Amino acid sequence: MDIFTYLIIFAGVLLVLALAAYNAFVSARLRIKEAWSQIDVQLKRRSDLIPNLVASVKAYAKHEKGVFEDVTKARNSLMSAEGPADKAKADDMLSASLKSLFAIAEAYPNLKANENFLQVQKELSDTEDKVAYSRQFYNSSVLDYNTKLKTFPNVLIAGNLGFQEEEFYEAGESERRSVKVDFS
Amino acid sequence: MVVSIYSQIDANRKKTYFIMVFFILFIIFISYVFGKALGYGGSLVGIAFIVSGIMTWSSYYFGDKIILGLSGAREADRKRDFDFYTISENIAIGAGIPKPKLYVIEDSAPNAFATGRDPQHAVVCATRGLLQKLDRYELEGVIAHEMSHIQNYDTRWMAVVSILVGTVAFLSDWFMRSLWWGGGRRRDDRGGSGILIILGIVFAILTPIIATLIQFAVSRKREFLADASGTLITRNPKALAMALEKISQDKEVLEAATNATAHLYIINPFKDKNFTAWFSSLFNTHPPIEERIKILRSM
Repeated sequence: MDIFTYLIIFAGVLLVLALAAYNAFVSARLRIKEAWSQIDVQLKRRSDLIPNLVASVKAYAKHEKGVFEDVTKARNSLMSAEGPADKAKADDMLSASLKSLFAIAEAYPNLKANENFLQVQKELSDTEDKVAYSRQFYNSSVLDYNTKLKTFPNVLIAGNLGFQEEEFYEAGESERRSVKVDFS
Repeated sequence: MVVSIYSQIDANRKKTYFIMVFFILFIIFISYVFGKALGYGGSLVGIAFIVSGIMTWSSYYFGDKIILGLSGAREADRKRDFDFYTISENIAIGAGIPKPKLYVIEDSAPNAFATGRDPQHAVVCATRGLLQKLDRYELEGVIAHEMSHIQNYDTRWMAVVSILVGTVAFLSDWFMRSLWWGGGRRRDDRGGSGILIILGIVFAILTPIIATLIQFAVSRKREFLADASGTLITRNPKALAMALEKISQDKEVLEAATNATAHLYIINPFKDKNFTAWFSSLFNTHPPIEERIKILRSM
C-alpha cells in the first residue's frame, strides 16, 4: 500500500472518532435540557402553590399587607425569569420572602392548626426538596457534559462543532432543608 | 465510584443471564439422571426443558409480581402515604430514573426492599412500621438505598435468584419425598439401592449449589455499594445510619418475609429469632449492621 491509502485510512478513523464524539456531545446536551425542564416543572409547581398559601395566611392575618405583596412580587419575578442564573436568583428571593410569611404564621396558633395551611406547607416543603433534587441532577448532567467538552481529545473539536459550556444552577443562601426548619 | 457502579451493573446483567442458562441446564441434567434411574427415558428431559424454560422466563418478567404476592403488599397512594410517595418521587428525580411503583406491607416491623427487572419496571416496598417509625430524612436514606439497588440492577439479579433458587430448593425437597416413598415401593422389583445412591448424589450436589447462589445474591459488596450510592443521591449519610440503627434495634419480626425473600430486605428480617431452619446459617452473609453504620458515619 502506498502512503495515500494510509492517509485515507487515517482520515477515515479520525472521522469516525469525531462522529462518535459529536453524538456523545449531543446526547449529553439533551440530558441537560431534560434535567432543566424538570427544574422548570418544579419551580412552576412551587409558584402555583403560593397563591393558595397566601390566601390561607391572609384569612388570619389580613393587615400584614407588605409581606403578601413581597411574596406575590417574588412569585411573579420567578414566573417571568429566564435561564438558570435568573431563575436561581428569583427562587432565592421567593424563599426569603416566604421566610417572613412563615414567621408571621408563627404568631397565629389557629392558622398553624389550619388543615389547609398545613397541607400547603407540606406540599411546599416537598416541592423545595424536589427543586433541590432536580437541581442536583441538572448540575451533575452539566458537569458530565462540560467534562466531556474539556477533556482531550474532545477539547480540540468541541468548539469547532459549536458546543459551548453550560452554566450550573447555583442556589444561594436558602439551601434545601434550611427553609424547612423555620416552620416545623 | 462511578466506575464501580457501572461495573456492578454490568456484572449483575451477566450474572443474571448466566444463572438463567445454568438453571435450565441444571434442571435438564437432573431430569436426565432421574429419567434414567426411574426408567422414564428421554421424555422427562423434554418436559423438564419446557418447565424450566417457563420458570426462567416468568422469573425474569414476573419476578417482581411474584415477590410482591409472597409479601402481601398493597399499592401506596399519595394522600395516605404522603412522605413515602413524595420522597420516592424526589429520589427518582435526583437519580434520574423513573419513579418506581410503591407498595406498603401492613406490618409494624420496620423494613423495606426493592425489586423489578430494570428501572422502568421497578418496585419499592416498605412496611407500615418503617413509614411510622422513621422521620422524613431517615426514610429518604432508606428509599435512596433501595433505589440504588434498582439503578445498579441488583433487583433484577435478586428477583431471578429468589425465584430460581427457591424452585431448586422446592424441587430438591420434592425429589426427596418422591424418592422416599417411591423408593420404598420399588425396592421389591428393581434395585432400590441405586435410587438411594442417586438421592445421595443429588443432595451432595444441590446443597452447596443453593448455598453458593444465595451467597452470591447477598454479597456484602452489594449492600455497601447501595449505601454509598444512595448517599450520593441524598447527601445525607447520617440519616441512613440513624435509620439502620432504628431498624436493627427494633425487636419485631417481619411475618411477611420468607426464606425466598429474606435477602431482599434492607436488613435481615429474621433478626436471628424464630428462624431455626438450616437455611439460617446461609443468610449470615448479610453485612453486619454495625459495620455499615460505622462507614456511613465516617462519610
